[in-house]
Amino acid sequence: MNNRLYGNLIFELSKEGRRGYSLPKNRFGNYEIPTEMRRSNDAALPECDEPTVVRHYTNLSANNFGVDNGFYPLGSCTMKYNPKINEEMAALPQFQNLHPDQPAATTRGAQAIVELLERSLCALTGLAHFTFKPYAGAHGELTGLMVIDNYHRAQGNMQRKKVVVPDSAHGTNPASAAVCGLEIIEVKSGADGQVDLADLQRIVSTEGANIAAMMMTNPNTLGLFETRIPEIAKLIHDCGALMYYDGANLNPMLGVCRPGDMGFDVMHINLHKTFSTPHGGGGPGSGPVGVREGLQQFFPVVSPYHGNFAVMMRAYAYILTLGRENVRKVGPLATLNANYIKESLRDVYELPIDGLCCHEFVFDGLKNKSTGVTTMDVAKRLLDYGYHAPTIYFPLLFHESLMIEPTENESRETIDGFIDVMRRIAEEALTTPDEVKTAPHKTPIGRVDDVLAAKHPVVTFRQMKEE
Amino acid sequence: MYKYFPHTEDDLKAMLEKAGVESLDGLYAQIPESIRFRGEYDIPSEMSEMEVRQLFETLGTQNRQLTCFAGYGVYDHYTPAVIPNLLARSEFLTSYTPYQAEISQGTLHYIFEYQSMMTELTGMDISNASMYDGTTACAEAMMMAVAAGKKANRVLVSDSLNKKTFEVLQNYALHQGITLETIPLKDGATDLSALRTLLSTLEGVAGVIVQQPNVFGIVEDYDGFAEACHEKKALFIMDSVAADLAVLKTPGEWGADIAVGDGQSLGIPMQWGGPYVGYMCCTEKLIRKMPGRIVGMTQDNRGQRAFVLTLQAREQHIRRQKATSNICSNQSLMALWVTVYLSLMGKQGLKEAAELSYAGAHYLCDQLLQTGRFKLDFDKPFFNEFYVSYDGDADMLSQRFIDAGFMGGVRFGEGFLFAVTEKRTKEEIDNLVKIAAL
Repeated sequence: MNNRLYGNLIFELSKEGRRGYSLPKNRFGNYEIPTEMRRSNDAALPECDEPTVVRHYTNLSANNFGVDNGFYPLGSCTMKYNPKINEEMAALPQFQNLHPDQPAATTRGAQAIVELLERSLCALTGLAHFTFKPYAGAHGELTGLMVIDNYHRAQGNMQRKKVVVPDSAHGTNPASAAVCGLEIIEVKSGADGQVDLADLQRIVSTEGANIAAMMMTNPNTLGLFETRIPEIAKLIHDCGALMYYDGANLNPMLGVCRPGDMGFDVMHINLHKTFSTPHGGGGPGSGPVGVREGLQQFFPVVSPYHGNFAVMMRAYAYILTLGRENVRKVGPLATLNANYIKESLRDVYELPIDGLCCHEFVFDGLKNKSTGVTTMDVAKRLLDYGYHAPTIYFPLLFHESLMIEPTENESRETIDGFIDVMRRIAEEALTTPDEVKTAPHKTPIGRVDDVLAAKHPVVTFRQMKEE
Repeated sequence: MYKYFPHTEDDLKAMLEKAGVESLDGLYAQIPESIRFRGEYDIPSEMSEMEVRQLFETLGTQNRQLTCFAGYGVYDHYTPAVIPNLLARSEFLTSYTPYQAEISQGTLHYIFEYQSMMTELTGMDISNASMYDGTTACAEAMMMAVAAGKKANRVLVSDSLNKKTFEVLQNYALHQGITLETIPLKDGATDLSALRTLLSTLEGVAGVIVQQPNVFGIVEDYDGFAEACHEKKALFIMDSVAADLAVLKTPGEWGADIAVGDGQSLGIPMQWGGPYVGYMCCTEKLIRKMPGRIVGMTQDNRGQRAFVLTLQAREQHIRRQKATSNICSNQSLMALWVTVYLSLMGKQGLKEAAELSYAGAHYLCDQLLQTGRFKLDFDKPFFNEFYVSYDGDADMLSQRFIDAGFMGGVRFGEGFLFAVTEKRTKEEIDNLVKIAAL
């Protein structure tokens, strides 16, 4: 797309007197809004005709890259295909027009979807009850921790305020704990990338009575299955604490393991990851929280209604479309794709931990770092070749983390194309390193100045005009 | 194989070989057998697209389609056809948080527009990229006030705040160790002298939360509130219905430090409770205390204007447990919904829709009062929503409304909270009144 021609802000396309709407005439008589109630100036919103608005946003969309555009191996985000039928189901007017305070007798169909979805999620996770109030993954984490905090309070264990979190955990884990009023104890990862059992034992022996929960993903953020999970769960349960499963990495477990069977008591699911609802440029998601029997009375009020209901409808349509026959292939195929990429690139990218991975894995940058080409440069160069970049500089265990997650929806051809490009970039890093260090070259805009944006924040059109 | 899985038998064989295992099961050899799931999932069998459609449509018939006169935070405004059409574009729909600015200018660009529009609407300096909904935005504002207030951990909440918002606040406050105190009402509106008394007797008040229009639909007079708060170093937080700000005196004009609320009224369907979008705006002074994503303007290495996620040092992925909030995904696509709505309605249309809603609500109120069965409990100005008590059996009337195809307001106390938007016609209102008059 042509950024110069179509890169305006909608405010810059505004002209006084233009209209992009039509409203019915007022047939109610003359009801004037009293002046003392009114704002002194009109909100300076744009004034545009309908064709201008449509062209503007259509062109903006052309400056974006989504799963429907191409391979999106963003680690930990599970960028799988978002089926079109789900969108149509979520937009059915019989559901879309329901006011959330309508009496129960008038919303039986909507309630049925919630009940059926809950039953399916219970079957898939091995847990007994779900609340759908959480709006996103981090909101689910917070909700799950509130369940745990409520449980300990009810037992009179007011001192249980510490949450054990692996050092490889996603940033939302400690942040959610803090919002819940809990403190973090970090447990180290061992040389094999898994939780260091000796370190955990040390923590449990000194802090056992104060621990509320241990919070983990399994597989962990390195894409490695925590094989000592039965021992970990036993250690935590024996000290009176609960096990929390961060569902961020649930996808490779479909058809393989259920969190309830692994010993987890509370978990959240990112419906926008594992159950294919679109990520929408950063939401809306949905983060239902599941619990073992006996914990459901501790569900907190984290939102007023039924959660992001239209997102839940999409997830249920996806579960029905897959059915029990296909849902069990999701994990193995995602895992196969990841291992295939890992084995095809490990001679040119640094694989810090050997062995089978699950749905994703982490490289610690290029194997040959002699020309100073960084993970950031590799990521930016990938954009030139038409791929979204992997997650970079996370997890924090390595300096040059490059976290790759293909999903079960990617074909061998797509993946082979990606592998070829990754190898070519590794070669360019040695032969034409400046080309890589200054990438991207073919995108609508070049590398952006983050420092300028943060040092001197301009975050509205009004501020921009005042510049 | 299956329509979402591209792997052929040949592919599987070649890929397994590269991965160094003999079967798909072999990929999980490291997992202890005791925790493997070997059973059959107790979920329905695979359905064709036609069967899925049938099932949803059948369930849809079990919902009653009612003409909506309910509000209580969620309003039945009209959605222009342009919006769902543009929102369906895959480039928006199937992308994620714009970490790679060079191929995410579409998202970053509309978020910048969204922030600009929300600051215009609220009369504030800064907006973030969106929150989950109005209630959680209000909870985040409460926590932001406490974080900004250093050691203060008390927050005062007007009794005229929506009860559902209050419940969410209470829950967050419990876990955060925040003490909530209620500011009493006088004739349906927050009592300023009671607030002054609370502020002078209580230690460590970090923030004061009020709602405009309030839970009864009343447009309150918040003159003197900001000054009273600031005298005691408390932040003044105002929770408003976004669409109403097209005409109402803004949180900025009332002297608010933080403005929050739900953006659902800006053309987002009610869809049984979500997804909606929460907005949060604040003064420039508080920008680094703000939770959530913020998009800023910058330049690229070719000298072009560009947009990028900024001030990320506030956020969980950098700051972890010391972040201003745990929010990660927000409601980006719903922010786009609101942005396109505001682009279409613009300066004039939003005002006209608000004026139409105001007129319809006042017409309905007049007609109801004329039946002699309803009474306005408070002698206060209202906007497009109002509370009336009823002299008969309100639950029975509520059922009569439903039988006639109406969601006749939200029931509480002795009466009803009715809301009217630009979508309600004179005929619909007259028919509702006929039933109410029986």
